[in-house]
Amino acid sequence: MAEISKEQVKHVAHLARLAITDDEVEKMTKQLGDIIKYAELLNDLDTDNVKPTTHVLDLKNVMRKDEPRKWIEKEDALNNAPDKKNGQFRVPSILE
Amino acid sequence: MSLFDYTLKELQDKLHKKEITVSDLVSESYNRIKEVDGQVKAFLTLNEEAAKSKAKELDEGQSTSNSFLYGIPLGVKDNIVTKGLRTTCGSQFLSNFEDPLYNATVVQKLQSENTVTIGKLNMDEFAMGSSNENSSYFTTRNPWNTDYVPGGSSGGSAAAVAAKEVFFSLGSDTGGSIRQPAAFCGVVGLKPTYGLVSRFGLVAFASSLDQIGPVTRTVEDNAHLLQAIVGHDEMDTTSANVEIPNYSDALSQDVKGLKIAVPSEYLQEGVAPEVREAVLNALEVYKDLGATWEEVSLPHSKYAVAAYYLLSSSEASANLARFDGVRYGVRSEKAENMLDMYKLSRSEGFGDEVKRRIMLGTFALSSGYYDAYYKKAQKVRTLIKNDFDKVFEDYDVIVGPTTPTPAFKVGEKIDDPLTMYANDILTIPVNLAGVPGMSIPCGFSSEGLPIGLQLIGKHFDESTLYRAAYAFEQATDHHKKQPVLGGDR
Repeated sequence: MAEISKEQVKHVAHLARLAITDDEVEKMTKQLGDIIKYAELLNDLDTDNVKPTTHVLDLKNVMRKDEPRKWIEKEDALNNAPDKKNGQFRVPSILE
Repeated sequence: MSLFDYTLKELQDKLHKKEITVSDLVSESYNRIKEVDGQVKAFLTLNEEAAKSKAKELDEGQSTSNSFLYGIPLGVKDNIVTKGLRTTCGSQFLSNFEDPLYNATVVQKLQSENTVTIGKLNMDEFAMGSSNENSSYFTTRNPWNTDYVPGGSSGGSAAAVAAKEVFFSLGSDTGGSIRQPAAFCGVVGLKPTYGLVSRFGLVAFASSLDQIGPVTRTVEDNAHLLQAIVGHDEMDTTSANVEIPNYSDALSQDVKGLKIAVPSEYLQEGVAPEVREAVLNALEVYKDLGATWEEVSLPHSKYAVAAYYLLSSSEASANLARFDGVRYGVRSEKAENMLDMYKLSRSEGFGDEVKRRIMLGTFALSSGYYDAYYKKAQKVRTLIKNDFDKVFEDYDVIVGPTTPTPAFKVGEKIDDPLTMYANDILTIPVNLAGVPGMSIPCGFSSEGLPIGLQLIGKHFDESTLYRAAYAFEQATDHHKKQPVLGGDR
């Protein structure tokens, strides 16, 4: 396992849609590095023949009938929006 | 003497005989909050007007309720959505989330039992933390000594119950977030089996681990609160469809012949001597009551924290992608385009710990690292779960400390994430295995801080936990000791 670099930290921040300052890059590189180094403890274990656990219960896909039902009204759904217009969420322009 | 010193059974009796009213109970809460919450700081939002009018409505109506919970003041952790009542998750991102559109299933269930919601309880931001210091509003204090943390992330839920600001509360537990604060605050907290309680309306942190559970001052009351919130819910696809026992039935059974396993890993280095001593004393109590105990091994325990932080942070990085500044929450005013809107809104709205975990999770899931970190952690999770399965072939319940130490001081661990994480070493494996775990008071440190005893059961065997916890509680006096706050003397 590799150490994490400042460039990687910036890349990961972009993937996570976080704007981070140069100071934060410094701090995160150190802190994430420490946590990842600690996580390398897991490499002590031979897990080649171990099945991964995604869920502790034996869950199958759960389906319900595809029927329309009354749930949330549009006006209510817009109540908490930071910006709205004409019954829709309003965002900055996507296309230049 | 507070009305909250009575049990649920006693309170219902008083209500039936009209010795007290629901309004009395609700006033008890708000009076107490006015008296002590300046010190404890458990509440983020109060629901006073609505609660008082609900109380009046219940008092004026013709009550035919046989519910144990009728009219009882409830506190709700602030990551459980409440219709029309602000829900912040302890985050600035949701500081303006005044109007959630629906009630979480657990809230709906409790409303149909006619509990009264007193307010929303403080927590580490998005339930990420073990001390409440990651709340972006303020740090809740430990009622036993306000220089100390209440634990986290359900610190407000545990502190409010310990300080008798509410009769009981709901918390959530992803890696110990109910049991650790319950231990630190000297109350009873249960993390139910994964799937037993619906998470519909719980703001998701790590979906393969999160569970909602009850926080109370006694074991009996805990069983009553759990009874009201369990059950299959089609709105939560991970909700288990299992037969629900009557948990109170377990309280009348003794523990003669109960087979207790004590993991040697849970009493080793890192566990404070006075915590170890309190646990060994508890085991003596069980022996006197006719149970037997033996030392066992959960050999993969030391890998649990590392596996947990990779898995929970990975899941969190996906779950918290929904906070984009479009539909709810705070949007940055600096953004001029869509990408900046996402980035700036999230960076301004999230605190350091949340950012750190989103970054860790995004890294662990990113191309080239997925197998080495995320998948590896999932495999280790299998080994940890197998450890529990093996022990439960021969034993009824696992007993150990809830936390390695009693509560620590505010500010003591906040600068070092790894030291803070290590605090959850005894609670995390339980979430990874998906089994139920409970913390009950089992003693006090030399500084007068509570020590928690952790009981761990088989999948869906909450009854055995209640049976064992109740027997211990009845045989000891730890739960009768109370913190001194404000005008208490």
